[in-house]
Parts: sequence; C-alpha cells; structure tokens
Amino acid sequence: MLMSIVDTIKQRDLLGGNTRLIGGAVIGLLLFIDLARRLTSGDLTAALLAGYIWNGLTFGLIVGLAGVGLSLTYDLLEFANFAHGDYITASAFFGWGTAYLFAGAGEFDPGSLFFLGVGGTLYPGDVGISVASAPAAIVAGLIVAAVAGAVLAVLLDRLVYSSIRQAGTISLLIASIGVAFTLRYLTVYVFTQQSFGLTVSAWVYRIPLPGGKLNISAPSLLLVSVSLLTMLGVHLMLTRTKLGKAMRAMGANRDLARISGIPSERVITTTWLIGGALAGLAGFMIALLQGTITYQIGWTLLLLVFAGVIMGGIGSVYGAILGGVLIGLITRVSLVWIPASFTEAMGFGIMVLILLTRPQGLFGGEIS
Amino acid sequence: MLNSLSTLWENDLVKIGVTLGAVYALYLLAGAALGYDLSGQLNSLRRLTFLIVLYGVGALVVNLHWGYSGLFNIGIVGFMAVGVYTTTILTRPVAGQNPTGTLPGLGLPLPIAIIGGVLAAAAMGYVAVLPSLRLREDYFAIVTLAFAEIIRITAKASELQEFTIFGTTLGTGGGRGIRTYPNPIDQFFNGAGKPIVAAASSFGIDGSLVTGLAFVLVLTLLLGLVYWLIVRLAESPFGRVLKGIRDDEQATTALAKDTNSFKIRVFIIGCAILGLLGIVWQGSQGYIAPGLFVPQLTFFIWIAVIIGGAGSNTGSIIGSILFVGIIYLGPGYLRRLVEEYVGLQGSVSTFPNAVGALLGGNVDPFLLYNLDQTSALRVVLTGVFLILLLRRRPEGLFGSRREIAASIDLESRVRDRRNSAGADGDSE
Repeated sequence: MLMSIVDTIKQRDLLGGNTRLIGGAVIGLLLFIDLARRLTSGDLTAALLAGYIWNGLTFGLIVGLAGVGLSLTYDLLEFANFAHGDYITASAFFGWGTAYLFAGAGEFDPGSLFFLGVGGTLYPGDVGISVASAPAAIVAGLIVAAVAGAVLAVLLDRLVYSSIRQAGTISLLIASIGVAFTLRYLTVYVFTQQSFGLTVSAWVYRIPLPGGKLNISAPSLLLVSVSLLTMLGVHLMLTRTKLGKAMRAMGANRDLARISGIPSERVITTTWLIGGALAGLAGFMIALLQGTITYQIGWTLLLLVFAGVIMGGIGSVYGAILGGVLIGLITRVSLVWIPASFTEAMGFGIMVLILLTRPQGLFGGEIS
Repeated sequence: MLNSLSTLWENDLVKIGVTLGAVYALYLLAGAALGYDLSGQLNSLRRLTFLIVLYGVGALVVNLHWGYSGLFNIGIVGFMAVGVYTTTILTRPVAGQNPTGTLPGLGLPLPIAIIGGVLAAAAMGYVAVLPSLRLREDYFAIVTLAFAEIIRITAKASELQEFTIFGTTLGTGGGRGIRTYPNPIDQFFNGAGKPIVAAASSFGIDGSLVTGLAFVLVLTLLLGLVYWLIVRLAESPFGRVLKGIRDDEQATTALAKDTNSFKIRVFIIGCAILGLLGIVWQGSQGYIAPGLFVPQLTFFIWIAVIIGGAGSNTGSIIGSILFVGIIYLGPGYLRRLVEEYVGLQGSVSTFPNAVGALLGGNVDPFLLYNLDQTSALRVVLTGVFLILLLRRRPEGLFGSRREIAASIDLESRVRDRRNSAGADGDSE
C-alpha cells in the first residue's frame, strides 16, 4: 500500500520530481524533533548524545579514509575491490608489529614482539604501549602501516588484477574475493584467530556536560588529527600536483585523458599507492581506537566502507570521506533509538536504501 | 572400442560418475593407508558424499542465479540461515513442554515447519530482489551481501535471543545458538528400521553409521530432484527468457518480456532451494548458531561453480566433487597420512617459533605448525586456486557449454561457415 501511495505521488508528480529528497527531508525532520524532545524531557542527556556524536565522528573518519582508496579504484579500474578490507587488516598487523618492536626493543624477543605475542608469549601490559607512553612507537607503526598498505596494493595489482583487467568488472570482483580470502587466511595462518590486546589506557579528557561527562580519549584525538592532516594532504595532491590533476582527468574521462598524453599506468599505480596507504592508516587507527586487533578487523569494516563510498558517490574523494563520516554518525547516533546489536545493520540498511534511490550518491561522477 | 568409449564419455552422467568414482578410489586408498576397517572406510565415503551433495545443491542454485540469469548472489548463506532458523523456531517444543533450559518454539510438526522454512527463505528472497532489480551486477552483489549480514546480525542479536510475543515465547538463541530438530531418519532406524541396524552390526557397522548412510542417500535423491528441476526449468521457455536476460536484458525487454517478473521468480525459486539446503545441512547437525552462516561458506560454494564453469549444471556438480574431494577434505587426509607415516618430534608452537626453528635447521616444528593450520591453509589454497583459474581458464571446466538463449545456434553456424569458407579457399 505504501508503494502504491509512493507510485501515485511519482506518477502525478505531486512533489515536483523531488519525491526522494523531500521524503528524506521529512524523515530527517521527524528524527530531529524526536531528538529534541528526548533531550528536553531528560530521556537523553547531552553528555550521552555528545559521546555518540564524538564516537561517530572518529569512527566515521576511519571509514572515510579507508573509503578513499576503495572509491578511487572503483572508479578508475571499474571494479569493486572486495579485498580492500584485508589490505586494512594486513597493513594494520604490519604497523602494530612494528610499533611493538619499537616499544619493546631490547627488553623482549623481537620475534614475539613483531608477531604481537601470538600464542601468549607477550601481553599488552608487558610492553605497555599507549599514545602517551610510547608516541614514537605509535608514529613508527603508523608510517609502516601506510607503507605496507601501499606496497601491498601495488603488488597485488601487478600479481593479480593487471593481467585480467580486460576481463570485465565481474571477473575482477570475483578475483578480488579470492585475494580477500587468501590474505585473510594467511593472516590466520600467521596470527591464528586470536584477538590481540594492543594498548594500555592513556589519558582521557573529561568534559563536563549536562547529564554527565563527554570522554575524549587520547587515541581518538590522535586519530582526528592524523585524519585531518591526511585529508589535507590528499586534497593538496589532487589539486596542486600534475599527477593529481591527471587522476582527476582519468576519473572523469579515461579515453580522453589518454589521448591528451596522460600516462595511465602511472596514474593507476599512484591510485593504488594512495588507496593502499590510506587503508593502512585506517587499519592502524581502528586498531588503536578499539585497543584490539583480529584477523577480521578489516572485513568487518568493509561493508560499512562500501556504504560510505556509495553514499558519497563512487569516484569522489571528498564524497568518500563525507560518506564515511555520515555512516559513522548514523551507526553511533542511531543508538538513541535502536539497541546496540542493530546499529551495524542500520548502516547496511541505509546503504541499501541509497543504492535503491540514488545510486550515484551525493557527489557521484566526479573525482573531487 | 575406443570410439564407443568416447561416445559413452559424452554422456553427462557418465562424466559425473567417473569423477566421483575417481575421488572415491582416492579416498579408499588413503583410508587403506591409514588402516581404516570397513566401518571406517564407509564413514569416510559417507562424509565425502554428504558434503559433495550439499555443495552440489548450493552450486546448482548459484548456477541458476548467475550462470542462467546473470544475478550475482553472494548472500547465499543468509537464505540458508533464514530457512533453518525459521524451521527450528516453528518446530521446537512449546514453552512448558521443552526440556528445561532450552529455547521454546511454536511446536509445529517437522514437515510443516520445513515448508514454513522454505517459504520464509523464498519470501526473504522476494524482499531482497524486488527493490534491486534495476541495479547492475556488482551493486546487486553488494546488496545481497548486505542482506546476508543483516540476517546474521539479526540472528545474533541478544534482544531476539528469547522473547514473548502475543503470549508465546520463542527465540533465536542469539550468539549462543539454538538446538534444532531430531532427524527423522534417526527416528526411523530407532523404531521400524531396527532389524536393518541389527543386520548391519553383524558386519561391524554400528547404528549411527547406518543412519548416516541412509541420510546421505536421501540427500542424494534431493540433489537428483533439484538437478532435474533446474534442467527442466532451463530447457523450458522460461529458461530461454532467463538466458536472454543474462545475455542482453535490453533486447529481451524489447521482445516484450517482463524481465523483472522473470528475475523475481528465478531468484525466489533459488532462495527457496537454499532454505531447504540450510534445513537439511546445518539443521541436521543438531545445533545452529550465527557463526555457521559466514561468507566463507558462500565463497566455497561459488568456487565449486567457478571450477565447473558457470552456465553448466554438470559443471556445478563436477566442480563440487572436485572442490570437496580435493580442496576441502583433501588437506585433512593429507595431514593424517603425514602424521601416520612421517614421525615428527615435538609439539605445535607459534609461527615465529616455527620459522625460527626452520632457519636454525630444524624442520619438524614448521611441518607440525603447517599440519595444525590445515583449515586456514585450505582457504588460502582455495583463494590462490580461484585467482589462477580466473587468469588461465576463466570459463572453468565446462564453461564453454554455456547454453545460449536462441533455439538456433547462430554463433556455431557462423563459425562453421567461416571454417568451410577458409577450407574452400574463398576470399570473403
């Protein structure tokens, strides 16, 4: 019945062709009114809401960073890289292994350190890494994670994707699923399915607000700064450098770009490098934020990353970041209305909704 | 003689039979090397056939969706979960009659619950496909994956673990899972079939093996039924439209076929079969939990199809035989053979320790570690194999068999004409 009402509205063009937009705005308005109602009635405290928003923002920035690489390769090479989640995982393990090596060098056996004490040979409390106590180790890990991600992405492109690039988008998708499982279970082979605790707690800013306190942890501050700096860097690269302009040109119209003499192989490699590096950063930081890492850390993120990329519009760097932040906010702020078990499902539901109503997303079609 | 053998080979069933026979022979040999008695060998073959048949049904459905209709469904496990969870909830004893500490259900008889489960899976398929019809293949794939994950999250949610609605208490068991239903084959052999069990025990075969073998027989019949159904479907006018949709949807629409209706119908049929698959697969194991319905299973079923070649039913079955026999169960037998014949010292440690020992000249810890990690290495092997397949032989074993939509094969006519023109030395 709802469908027939919607159909009638569309057919008779009652809303001037903007059915979806107005529908979305109405729902948004209703939610906002309900939010205000809960705040004023005391059901929801300002501290709690602020906490949700802050968590959503930090989580969303990670999803957004991871999404940039996915979005770029989806647009440029025209396939959905389902292995992107496992790039995130693999680089995160490399990065944290390095961080542990840095922090515990000399005191502990390097094999145990680099492999995060798999099998119970080492515990986070022994090494005691946190943002406050071992900043150099964290930074080293961050850099190694980014480099590992970049190298992994280019390597896998050379090994797997480049030879079947002509085979079409579905073959590449299936190949990426193969790469995903290979990477994931190589990680299991080395690290087993164990969940690794990583850090000990650092300081927390507590901001008093009506109803309680807003907790801003040190990792989340680091996260936000790194993300913003990275986004600035990517923006500068895309707008100021020649290669960046070439990337935007190729994203817009590949054949035309080739005719104008833009070296497409270089652009493709650069795209993988950037995408992989950002995936590495995202992986390292989500592990830092959660304080734990497992072989599934990237995969559990992947569908939400897809959601963010689709919402923002495939091919748009800013869209990917904005979409990621939106997804982060939606999955955290929806805790106001739905139980925690379903917030992830809500994120997927929104993605399905976007695919069905506006598949080109918010900024669909352009690279910036 | 050779000629008649090759014409015999043309028959699909012969191909399937020979492949199966070869894999059986391999397993019997391995069993003999491991010192299995009659009971052991029968159990080994039973387990092999059990998995082959189930993967076969899954592969046939994937082939129906993808090979025939061009619908890229990677949410397979979600529909299996819907089928088995619905059946479980429908058939578990009502609150008050169930053994204490277990979840109650609606207490319906098993046959009705099974029908309910299949219908629920079909309905979920309808919900998934109806809005997604306009999407292109990769977006459709993402939507099916999202659906499967939403289903898994819902099954895992603690809020739904046990709840009361309209006065009845039911539940999904949440993350812990839920006990399913007793196997009617079990009940048969405990009742009317007791004499058969007694006769078998004189050969050293115990009751549970007899039940197991009988169940596998039933499942094989089910596979045959699904195969027959899909072949009939594919060779019908309905199937011809499906192939037309796969090859060129716009052309098919231009011929006044309501492609959406066809896609919906074939998707629902496939999802119904998947629901039944979940009911007889995970349901027959006695206990289900959300952790069973993970994308890895979808991945395995898909690779069985890809090995065999999308578009061919025979290929799907042979792909399942090869996948289960060699890639899935193979490493486990290899491990047992190595453990039996190669004396390895020491115990399993961690990867860094094993590699350290290897570099120091001691091979044993590394081998031990690998033997311990066969389940992870199995997936790595599958992934690498998939990538190699896609590079070297993307059409799989039987992909060149892809059935075309037209009843007259124009492609082969053109090819023949070109060949004969070349042979005649015509310049065209």
